[in-house]
Amino acid sequence: MEKINNSSFETKDIEKKSLPSWVFSWESFLLATTVLVFFINCLASPYFLDPWSLSDATFNFSEKAIIALPLALVIIVRDIDISVASIIALSSTAMGFTAEVTDSLFLICSAGMIVGTLCGALNGLLITRLNIPAIVVTIGTMSLFRGITYILLGDQALKNYPESFSFFGQGYVAPFIGFEFASFLVIAVLFYILLQKTNFGRRTYAIGNNPTAAYYSGINVAKHKLIIFIMVGFFCSIAAIMLTSRLGSTRPTIALGWELNIITMVVLGGVSILGGSGTIVGVVIAVFLMGLVNSGLGLINVPGIVMSIIIGAMLICVIALPGVFQRLRNKVGN
Amino acid sequence: MKQLLKNREAQLALVILSLLAMIGAIIPDFLAISNLLGVYTDTSILIILALGQMLVIITRCIDLSIAANVALTGMVVATINSLYPDFPVPVIILIGAGFGTLLGMLNGWLVWKMKIPSIVVTLGTMAIFRGAVFLISKGAWINAHQMSATFLEIPRYVFLGLPILGWCSVIVIAAMYYFTRHRQLGRKIYAAGNSPTAAYYIGVDVGKKQFIAFTISGLLAGIASYLWISRYAVAYVDIANGFEMLVIASCVIGGVSIAGGTGTVIGCVLGALFLGIINNALPVIGISPFWQMAISGSVIILAVIANSRSERKVGRIILRKAVQNAS
Amino acid sequence: MSEVTPIFSLLNISKHFPGVKALDKVQLDLYPGEVTALVGENGAGKSTLVKVMTGIYQPTEGELYLDGKPVNIATPEDAHHNGITAIHQETVLFDELSVMENIFAGHYLQLPSGRLDWKQMEQETIRILSEIEAPLAPKKLLKELSIGQRHMVAIARALSFDARVVILDEPTAALSHREIEEFYAIVYRLQKKGCAILFISHKFDEIYSIADRFTVFRDGCYIGEGKIAEVEEKELVSMMVGRSIDTAFPKTEVDIGDCIIEVKDFCHPTEFDAINFKLHQGEILGFYGLVGAGRTEVMQSLFGVSNNASGQIIVNNKELAIKSPSDAIKAGIVYVPEERQAQGTVLEFPIYQNISLPQLDKLNPKGFLNTATEYSLADKYAKRLKVKAPNWNEKVENLSGGNQQKVVIGKWLATEPKIIILDEPTKGIDIGSKAAVHEFMSELTEQGLAVIMVSSELPEIMGMADRIIVMREGLMVNEFERAQFSAEQLVSAATGMTGELQ
Repeated sequence: MEKINNSSFETKDIEKKSLPSWVFSWESFLLATTVLVFFINCLASPYFLDPWSLSDATFNFSEKAIIALPLALVIIVRDIDISVASIIALSSTAMGFTAEVTDSLFLICSAGMIVGTLCGALNGLLITRLNIPAIVVTIGTMSLFRGITYILLGDQALKNYPESFSFFGQGYVAPFIGFEFASFLVIAVLFYILLQKTNFGRRTYAIGNNPTAAYYSGINVAKHKLIIFIMVGFFCSIAAIMLTSRLGSTRPTIALGWELNIITMVVLGGVSILGGSGTIVGVVIAVFLMGLVNSGLGLINVPGIVMSIIIGAMLICVIALPGVFQRLRNKVGN
Repeated sequence: MKQLLKNREAQLALVILSLLAMIGAIIPDFLAISNLLGVYTDTSILIILALGQMLVIITRCIDLSIAANVALTGMVVATINSLYPDFPVPVIILIGAGFGTLLGMLNGWLVWKMKIPSIVVTLGTMAIFRGAVFLISKGAWINAHQMSATFLEIPRYVFLGLPILGWCSVIVIAAMYYFTRHRQLGRKIYAAGNSPTAAYYIGVDVGKKQFIAFTISGLLAGIASYLWISRYAVAYVDIANGFEMLVIASCVIGGVSIAGGTGTVIGCVLGALFLGIINNALPVIGISPFWQMAISGSVIILAVIANSRSERKVGRIILRKAVQNAS
Repeated sequence: MSEVTPIFSLLNISKHFPGVKALDKVQLDLYPGEVTALVGENGAGKSTLVKVMTGIYQPTEGELYLDGKPVNIATPEDAHHNGITAIHQETVLFDELSVMENIFAGHYLQLPSGRLDWKQMEQETIRILSEIEAPLAPKKLLKELSIGQRHMVAIARALSFDARVVILDEPTAALSHREIEEFYAIVYRLQKKGCAILFISHKFDEIYSIADRFTVFRDGCYIGEGKIAEVEEKELVSMMVGRSIDTAFPKTEVDIGDCIIEVKDFCHPTEFDAINFKLHQGEILGFYGLVGAGRTEVMQSLFGVSNNASGQIIVNNKELAIKSPSDAIKAGIVYVPEERQAQGTVLEFPIYQNISLPQLDKLNPKGFLNTATEYSLADKYAKRLKVKAPNWNEKVENLSGGNQQKVVIGKWLATEPKIIILDEPTKGIDIGSKAAVHEFMSELTEQGLAVIMVSSELPEIMGMADRIIVMREGLMVNEFERAQFSAEQLVSAATGMTGELQ
């Protein structure tokens, strides 16, 4: 008994010690930037703080953000998935065709979720069973999945969705809180718990930092990665439900080009592209930061494409910063 | 013969020939020389870009910004031409090539000196370049009537049966073949990608080779941008959007390994031609062009599966009897 | 000592790595037209010295002299310019490039126009390869060659330079007997040309057949040098091994218990064949052999890392199918790998997370992490192993090599195994930690664990093991009981030296 007390005492000791490192963490830096952008937005436009405009802004990033969460896990285990936008398209197409024959929300959404999950499983199986780099596999499936939607839809659109379907993309669960945004928050909490508080999360980091040592420690690396890719597929279908519902139709170009936006969210959130590090908190803050920059620029009538310059520059600068600091420190040291 | 069949380029060439035979069986006209030259010309830009991408992939990097480079440099070129229609076109082309090179150097510098993974760098510059197109154009299109006639006509000028556009890719292929086969620098790029450690042991600066690969990729994108603008006679923000994936796909199909160190000019050109032929043939044989994407996706996956099978490495063999069996 | 002046001399060279002195004020002289053998156990600092000589490492202190003049070798290119070339232990070549390009990479032959002169290079390749009687097609890709053939390419590469100093770091490790004969001829030719040759080998028969001089290192220190003709093999071994074996090791006598694991007819298509052994409770079974003898491969197959092996593994009278490390862990077999940093630990993780990693599901059956439980588990084992760290939340990468190894061992002990396999458990760690690891091995056997120790260090394996199996080229060649141990016999069995004993 005494021993346990002793060790828990030491645990507390550690928490105290780790506080300063938290202050200088990536997440704090992001958070500070986000707050700064928030105030700049307030100054830039009186309309910014209007609850409806804030609420509207959440719709612009929630769907992408929902995919960014599982994608963070993929990047932590040193892989990548650039087929996510195409999975949305295929999943949405499945829903569109189901909606042609039935009005059941359950069946429509299930069709989307099954297709999305299967797409993720296909990615995962190709990567883990055949040992092909994830980037090549998903470049291929990106074309394949989107290609299938083109074959199925041509230049047509499917828009036979029942009235009630619009809730997922346009509904509110509370005043000013859209269903999309609320879902994102819930899923973010789930992913936070999964990655930071469970055995699964610990194994994810172990694989990302040292896949060989993880395997030598008895972790089934292939199965673990497969599960993560399946999760990505599943959450792509969730995003597909929301996006399809918001747009009210499925076109083959749906979510075109989203993959790069989503990867940017993850990397900006401090998830190292080399694997092993990054947190859900960071990704969530990055999502808000991008959302704020976007809506702020929108308020002062700067088109969205200009924001991409800022995001792109931010992405490069923030990744370069640690290295630059390191070098400066070395120079001072010498 | 057996040796030939083991050769990746030969396999791909065989696949392309049988593809052509199948198409020819349905539409004999497709195999007419003039049509094949047309298909080739149509694929020229893809070939040029794929060759640049190939060098980058050989050094274990990737260039996602290549299409955005085409769009930005293309807008610069088009803007100069529309503002100063009398400005000599060759100079404009030179400016385009130089500008594209600069953008490539920026990528390479960030990878080399700032040690940022290439995928992050080019993800970022891709967004920046695209945004810059918007800043230059203010979102407006530059249409055919705003461009000078010479500017538009040069690539279309037919010389010995092939338009200049086609000749451009022929020259680039020849130059790249020479560079990768017969220049020290080209070979060192392969060495750096094949084994960075071994390259270091023989005194090759791996980061610098990556910088050079990006620079060349940028140069080729700069050249391709003029060809693109004049061919489609329009410049706007979304030009070549998503084209980078087609470029990477050409490399992958052509046997360029994403793990670095391998890939040949011929393989890469065949990879691009394969996609070009599918692209051109589908409408002709009555298959909806909407099939094109799924087909190229499947081909990419099949190509990497095939490559990964043949790549399976022989481990260290300790047993003497096994050594004898192996040799 | 000699009237000839050396071409290349190293004086007072030291090389320090964090926590380890790989070289401590060593010296070495290489003479024109002579072969100098560098002798020492694994970890004596030989390979580090080679890297210093070829510009891959910078020495922490000391001077290098070429023709009596101080020389600075800052990069591999500098080494080339000074005519120093090496064939490294692990052949550093390009798999995807052709034989001729591997030979000429970095010093390509060019036409005046700058175009590469492939024709000339091909001719040169054919010439050099025929000189060493290795008839390989110049255009063949390296990945299509066997290990032996790759070595020939590496040698050809060294010959393609106008080299004055040639370093051969265990060049014959993977060569067949016929290839070795050819190799001797090459060395002889180099000698005739007046090259100074540094020859590193564990095989005494080779050293005696081609070397003129020797230099001995031990634990990163210079021990002595002389002429081969004037030294007995036994003297050389004792210089190499050094310390008195019996006193230094904390071996406790334990009653050997029941057979706990039996491995029958364990075979692998390419790595090893016909491995049979039994291991008992309280026993330490040593596996001795040269690097590349297949010991690690046997252990990794036993642990399920590679599952190409066939044969029977019987643990506590039950036959088991071990297909993955997790199967092995369940069966009570754990493996402390040789590559501590690459395979043993997650360096970025704190100590306590490394220790809990293999049994997260057991510790947290509901799937949610409980840091306090993990921490107390780590606390128990890290204290028991005397890991030196401010607390168990310290990242493993900040620990010294010895303490990292203790964490790996602690991680496995925490799973309460029956059999623990230690692969080169003290490689590259300081003396103090070595002793701690040895002490701990004794402690484990007292508690009834069975230990398999793979080691290439003679004193260690002789000091600790109850029984030693010697492997050579993937086969078990001999087995010794503790009473029969002798350094000479072990070395001859491992090297296949034609000596007094079979």
